[in-house]
Amino acid sequence: MKFGVVVFPGSNCDQDCAEVLRDVLRQPVVTLWHQETSLRGCDAIVLPGGFSYGDYLRTGAIAKFSPIMGAISRFARDGGLVIGICNGFQILVEAGLLPGALLRNVGLRFICRFVTLRVERADTPFTNRFRPGQAVRLPIAHNEGRYTVDAKTLPAIQPQVVFRYCDAEGRITDDANPNGSMDAIAGLTNRAGNVLGMMPHPERASEEALGSTDGRLVFESMLEAYAHA
Amino acid sequence: MKVKVCITLKPGLLDAQGKTIKGALESLGFKGVADVRMDKYLEIELNGAHAAASAKKEVERMCQKLLANPVVETYRIELG
Repeated sequence: MKFGVVVFPGSNCDQDCAEVLRDVLRQPVVTLWHQETSLRGCDAIVLPGGFSYGDYLRTGAIAKFSPIMGAISRFARDGGLVIGICNGFQILVEAGLLPGALLRNVGLRFICRFVTLRVERADTPFTNRFRPGQAVRLPIAHNEGRYTVDAKTLPAIQPQVVFRYCDAEGRITDDANPNGSMDAIAGLTNRAGNVLGMMPHPERASEEALGSTDGRLVFESMLEAYAHA
Repeated sequence: MKVKVCITLKPGLLDAQGKTIKGALESLGFKGVADVRMDKYLEIELNGAHAAASAKKEVERMCQKLLANPVVETYRIELG
């Protein structure tokens, strides 16, 4: 399964994503510069973390106009798998490929630590290797992770929520919510389920040496989904 | 021609920075601060001469397309 990792000016997690996909998952990977207009036959697209365009104006606000986003929009519309991690998630909401917005953390601090997530849906192309309700540990590293959506849309998107911040026992509590995200939403898909955005970094939890391999299951799920497509 | 744009968080959304500034003011002894909202202010200098209406319309399109995030922000435009 060929993965394309998009690189914007200011992306800084592209190498980590590419290395995990290539060396841990052992899949072909290419990096796609933001100005390219072809996805080069990739079967899945990764929008990695970082600070595209320095987060100027708003995180992801300018990246959404990069030339490659046209091809990615069409790919997503046609059912292609797209995963946006951290800044990638921010770009996807700005581009309208996912609902909502990501605002400044309520505590106004950049938070860089492990969190526990509860897997809300184990039937998506990104979570089929998890069990529903499973508590997993992934690291976050962000300043603008507060998932926000208007009051009318919040109930409508609940079926799309894939990960929620939780405590070690899998309970959704205020203390377990690092950034004030509505309904503790850490990651969700679009309605069709082929586009995922998540603030935590699965690529930083794919190797034993980094403290958790729970993140690897996200990529393994994508392989599983692709194999049975 | 100069156009001034103010981009604000929609009411009802927590403005974490504004809240923090309010706390800082209070700890400095300023009583009676009910609320603080912090906005973004841009000054856009347009080339050449523009009729007011067309300048405003042009900057409105800028706001809708890039400058403001319609999910969480609104904007005000002031000419000159």
